[in-house]
Amino acid sequence: MPDAAEDWPDQIYGLLKEHSIRQVALVPDAGHSRLIKRCLADNDMRVVTLTTEEEGIGMLFGAWLGGEKGVLLMQSSGVGNCINMLSVPIAHRTPLPMIVTMRGDYGEFNPFQVPMGNATQQVLEAMGTLVKRADTPEDVAPTVNATLRMAFNTYRPTATLIGQRIIGAKTFGK
Amino acid sequence: MRTGPTGKLLRRDVVAELLRDRGGLLAIGGLGAPAWDITAAGDVPENLPLWGGMGAAAMMGLGLALAQPSRPVAVVTGDGEMLMGIGSLATIAVQRPRNLAIIVLDNEHYGETGMQETATRHGVDLAAMARGAGIGDCRLVRTAEEVTALREAMHAGAGPLFAQVKIDEAPVPLVLPPREASILQARMREAVLGPAAHLQ
Repeated sequence: MPDAAEDWPDQIYGLLKEHSIRQVALVPDAGHSRLIKRCLADNDMRVVTLTTEEEGIGMLFGAWLGGEKGVLLMQSSGVGNCINMLSVPIAHRTPLPMIVTMRGDYGEFNPFQVPMGNATQQVLEAMGTLVKRADTPEDVAPTVNATLRMAFNTYRPTATLIGQRIIGAKTFGK
Repeated sequence: MRTGPTGKLLRRDVVAELLRDRGGLLAIGGLGAPAWDITAAGDVPENLPLWGGMGAAAMMGLGLALAQPSRPVAVVTGDGEMLMGIGSLATIAVQRPRNLAIIVLDNEHYGETGMQETATRHGVDLAAMARGAGIGDCRLVRTAEEVTALREAMHAGAGPLFAQVKIDEAPVPLVLPPREASILQARMREAVLGPAAHLQ
């Protein structure tokens, strides 16, 4: 049995395959680096690095128009860049699964991360997104699976927030 | 192809020519006048006119072009909409979708909000920005002949292609598509994927 404490990114990758995800849109986050490497190594996935997270919402809407499934990977600060664009999957009633690694959440070092990290869940929910949190490594895979299922089965934006307790807080040596 | 009081091409004529005999071409219309323009050319399922999502039209084209690599995909949008999502030109250039054309109808104004000037009115060169991003085929289009050549290039599959079409700024009558956006996406999906679209 693999150790969830370390293997949760591989478990997410396995779920992306299970759900036939073909387009992976992202702005990199350290917490997603292992998952990003797995996706880059997969010739059946198109990994698209965005200049800002809201681009991913447009891209995954286009993917769905053409019959492909996608997922948006980002850090909690990036959620703030997406707010108005969430109107696109809501008005069109199209799937938008998001997997968000948290900053400003648990033992944060950087003051600039705290305002958005503290508001991430409320902001997403205020914009009609179904949000589930994972705060232990064992919770990540079932929560991401629920997020993917609810997006593609019920046609709406959904998000898993992966807590900073799992990822660890960056400390810059302090 | 007619020109307006400014001597520039009329937007509806430009779009009618670009979408003429379109075959399987899929078109995304940026919010505001470009959405009405593609609708005036024919309110068909292969059109996705946008009522919002300002700044994302080009990226929608990217996702669609990657998902349907054998079909030409055209994003027809405005200068204000393109400026809001200008970073997406870098994202698209890196992905190099051969079947994607981004057509900016540049009237140098925000047309839906009272005709305030955009940055292109003051010399910002969108085609140069697209070229700088790394899109190989970038054009500034001012004449009917150049529009016809652009139409051919949209179908040639040698993209990504970016065109900044200078158009007359005079407002034209509204031609509104359905406003219920779930219909707009479902009709395009059915046109692309058949009835299986609704069982995915």
